[in-house]
Amino acid sequence: MPIAKVNGVEVEFEPGMTVLQVAERAGQEIPRFCYHERLSIAGNCRMCLVEVKPGPPKPQASCALPAADGQEIFTDTPMVKKAREGVMEFLLINHPLDCPICDQGGECDLQDQAVGYGRDGSRYGENKRAVEEKNMGPTVKTFMTRCIQCTRCVRFITEVAGVPDIGMISRGESAEITTYLEKNIDSELSGNVNDLCPVGALTHRPWQYHYRPWELKKTETIDVMDALGSNIRADSRGAEVMRVLPRVNEGINEEWLSDKSRYAVDGLQARRLDRPWVRENGKLRPASWDEALSVVADKIKAASADRIGVIAGDLQDAESMKATLDLFRALGSANTDCRQDGAALGGEAREGWLFNSGLQGIENADAILIVGANPRTEAPLLNARIRKSWLKGGVEVGVIGPQADLTYDYNYLGAGSKTVGKLPKAATDFLTKAERPAIIVGAGALTGETGPAVLNALGALAKKVGVVKDGWNGFNVLHAAAARVGGLDMGFLPGEGGLDVATMLKPGALDVLFLLGADEVNADASGAFRVYLGSHGDRGAHGADVILPGAAYTEKSGLYVNTEGRVQMAERVVFPKGEAKDDWAIIRALSERVGHKLPFDTLEQLRTKLMGDHPTFGRIDYLAPAATFDVAKLGAKGDLGDVAFVSVIADPYLTNPIARASETMAQLSAERMAPVALAAE
Amino acid sequence: MVGILQDKDRIFTNLYGFHDWGLEGAKKRGAWNATKDMLDLGGDWIINNVKNSGLRGRGGAGFSTGLKWSFMPKEVKDRPHYLVINADESEPATCKDREIMRHDPHLLIEGALIASFAMKAHACYIYLRGEYILERERMEAAVKQAYEARLIGDDNIHGWDFHVYIHHGAGAYICGEETALLESLEGKKGQPRLKPPFPAGAGLYGCPTTVNNVESIAVVGTILRRGADWFASFGRPNNAGTKLMSLSGHVNTPCVVEEAMSIPLRQLIEDHGGGVRGGWENLKAIIPGGASCPVITREQAEVALMDFDSMREHRSSLGTAGVTVMDQSTDIVKAIARISYFFKHESCGQCTPCREGTGWMWRVLERMAIGDADPSEIDLLLDVAGQVEGHTICALGDAAAWPVQGLIRHFRHEIEERIHTYRSRRANFAGHAIAAE
Repeated sequence: MPIAKVNGVEVEFEPGMTVLQVAERAGQEIPRFCYHERLSIAGNCRMCLVEVKPGPPKPQASCALPAADGQEIFTDTPMVKKAREGVMEFLLINHPLDCPICDQGGECDLQDQAVGYGRDGSRYGENKRAVEEKNMGPTVKTFMTRCIQCTRCVRFITEVAGVPDIGMISRGESAEITTYLEKNIDSELSGNVNDLCPVGALTHRPWQYHYRPWELKKTETIDVMDALGSNIRADSRGAEVMRVLPRVNEGINEEWLSDKSRYAVDGLQARRLDRPWVRENGKLRPASWDEALSVVADKIKAASADRIGVIAGDLQDAESMKATLDLFRALGSANTDCRQDGAALGGEAREGWLFNSGLQGIENADAILIVGANPRTEAPLLNARIRKSWLKGGVEVGVIGPQADLTYDYNYLGAGSKTVGKLPKAATDFLTKAERPAIIVGAGALTGETGPAVLNALGALAKKVGVVKDGWNGFNVLHAAAARVGGLDMGFLPGEGGLDVATMLKPGALDVLFLLGADEVNADASGAFRVYLGSHGDRGAHGADVILPGAAYTEKSGLYVNTEGRVQMAERVVFPKGEAKDDWAIIRALSERVGHKLPFDTLEQLRTKLMGDHPTFGRIDYLAPAATFDVAKLGAKGDLGDVAFVSVIADPYLTNPIARASETMAQLSAERMAPVALAAE
Repeated sequence: MVGILQDKDRIFTNLYGFHDWGLEGAKKRGAWNATKDMLDLGGDWIINNVKNSGLRGRGGAGFSTGLKWSFMPKEVKDRPHYLVINADESEPATCKDREIMRHDPHLLIEGALIASFAMKAHACYIYLRGEYILERERMEAAVKQAYEARLIGDDNIHGWDFHVYIHHGAGAYICGEETALLESLEGKKGQPRLKPPFPAGAGLYGCPTTVNNVESIAVVGTILRRGADWFASFGRPNNAGTKLMSLSGHVNTPCVVEEAMSIPLRQLIEDHGGGVRGGWENLKAIIPGGASCPVITREQAEVALMDFDSMREHRSSLGTAGVTVMDQSTDIVKAIARISYFFKHESCGQCTPCREGTGWMWRVLERMAIGDADPSEIDLLLDVAGQVEGHTICALGDAAAWPVQGLIRHFRHEIEERIHTYRSRRANFAGHAIAAE
């Protein structure tokens, strides 16, 4: 490997690295504003100037300069120091210095670097420039006077998010970052520009003036708004989660986060269930825990085992699902199901319901067939990865199902199950000739009566074109619900002779229906006595006869398995609201009252049991390497019919009770999902 | 005799448009003569001759043209080669390329063919300044003539498929910077690119590209016809050849003239410019090479030669040889403030020192022009100029800093005097305001 000297210390580096990276490798901090590892290099802030020999007798922008063997890099000479002071002074002359009223204050690159590399005072006596604020939509608040024109936001939006909505207009001093005609940023990743902005020009609009960063308690946890399991840091003050920021996880979310995962947190403060309720004479009234549990226990004891059933929801942690499953099995019921969307998944091999290539691994695929999914709405960060791979020119994409703007080009092959049954030659060809082909199946293709047949057909296709082979498994199921893989992993499925979700909901099918955070099904017709355990007064709670208030994902420690089968542990950020309890503890209390006391008293004991029964849960933060399986065995042969696939997500901003309770999500839904007004109107 | 260069040695024989600019006229004056024979001698022969002629780029930086051509890849691989001609002549006081395109367009087209052949390019883009309307019309007409005469185009008489495209800019000074020009040509916002990679490696559309000034290309045909030695015989060593020089400002007869390099500046002004208005003693300062070059004083002008090295010795630059003469009636501080405004207005806004520094310098200079400043601000201004210079992506930062540095170097006393006068005329000036008021 080539060797360069940084301040006299030799350091080895890989060919292709920049001077900045080499200096960092040698432990030297290089100040920067425009440079970001995951964006293209702009080289325009000029803060990273260093002296390089051999080279011209002037400082060089280290972020854009390729390192060379035998190069000498100096980061602390008087010339470098003076150059940095000069650049910092230039950045500050037109910056308002309104830190006391700026949301970025306390976590601002400009503040930090001004202290570290700037002069003591300003020599600028002229009037400062003022720039008009811009409208960038509900997620981004702008104070453009603070902008230092680093163009990180422009590069993120055009490169990663794939929408050309932000740009720089005018030139020289008048240069402004704008969304052109005051248009909203139409990207599900828009919140990331606020993270990227090194100053307070772009800040989080939903949290504007809500907190100072140093007041917050920071807890590292896991997101549940989609099935990716993005790594997040939830910042809380008192009993309130104030904000959610991404953590770096190269395998999942890199360092981005979708708008829903980020801004749905205001939903944690609204429409909360904070005490038990019991329906009396058609009306819900507050009740004590004792009373509520007794009512439920009496109903369950009175009903025969085959007349009670449970549906698990999309945000449920694995522990509470395990406790519930064990309880219902102990009661003798086989009516358990976690598939609210009714996808024909679960059963034999675990690979049959996982995103086998891994989220990072999808970047290695050279041909991707997307079936019945809209990755942009179902898993925005997965979509960003496919776009990244597409931008590099390494992948060809085909789509069967919804024809949406995915931010990259694809071949539209057909609308639904008919196309799957009789694939056009073009579809098989591009997969066959690929070295590492992948199929992404969304739940949208697997619902309904044709689900098993579609799954079977896709499995046969996968086998035929080599999607699953030694060292490569490109058969990918894309889930939309955070709890789904965990549920499938522990077999939260109808037992022998048990009913599935659709059957349980039929009128007269059950006497007692237990909804474990299940809000995406309509149980109004069932006629059963309904018990709802959950955190929000949403669909599930509306018709319930007893409401047991549970904890939201930020209020309990729990295991979640993401769509690629990676088990991750979420941590408690704040305590459950009011009288609400941890979900597993409620089930444990109920079990005692129905006479089938579950064999655990603590969460640790429950986890031990879960991991003992299902060893996959014991491998936290672990992604199993690609394993082959008999993909052709999936599903069941049958009539494919002619069903047009639709994404399981109709409105990506209103997918779960938390999002539906969030004002920001309502606003985003109204602005982004509204049909485009025609000019003639 | 007027000047040094004799009429027989002029390359641009229709500089003033007295003759036919069209193909017939150009051919009579020697253009397109034996072009095929030159191409037959091969690309290496052409590049070597251009190198030996000592031709230095005429756009201002003065880099050896032959050497620049030799940086292009020797063989065309997967990407085509391009020649781009920079006709975005926007530097204040520079108007030489304009005359070439108006009156001798065929010399340029012929040069473009030769240069493209030498660099194995089949396409040449001419990027014209937005304000050059007549020039565009002339160039388009001349290119049409050349196509019709099958001098260029597919399957032409020279045996080298070659196309010329005229691109009309939108009038931004920064698009004269070679990489900003390429961006603009690609349809993007005209902002300079980071270098490396240099255009010879990855230029227009990522392909190997050479960007040359109009004059550098237009002289090539004649150099090859008359021989490298002929061209090298003018001027001092390392500053060879003839050059178009423009004279403007306080001279009696402003003009563009082709002269031998290294002609004494005073002789240039007196022979071609008809002398300084009011006599040589009335001269105050000269900007020798376009607005970005530092001013020099009368004393310097008396001994300075019009070439790269002499101007460098006087801490200025030959630039494009667009000489601006200023007599004693000039308010030199106001003049430099105006130049400063120009650079502030034309900064692309991409990188920090230029975006912020040009405005700062201009504002301070505007105050200094009326004397409303503090003497300590002169050093501040010099320091700010030093912080802009050399810290930017492209040379516009340098170009903005140099005039300011030149002003302070030679006319510091005048600024101090101005401040003094301003203060003495006011009962209370800012610095002495009483707090209780």
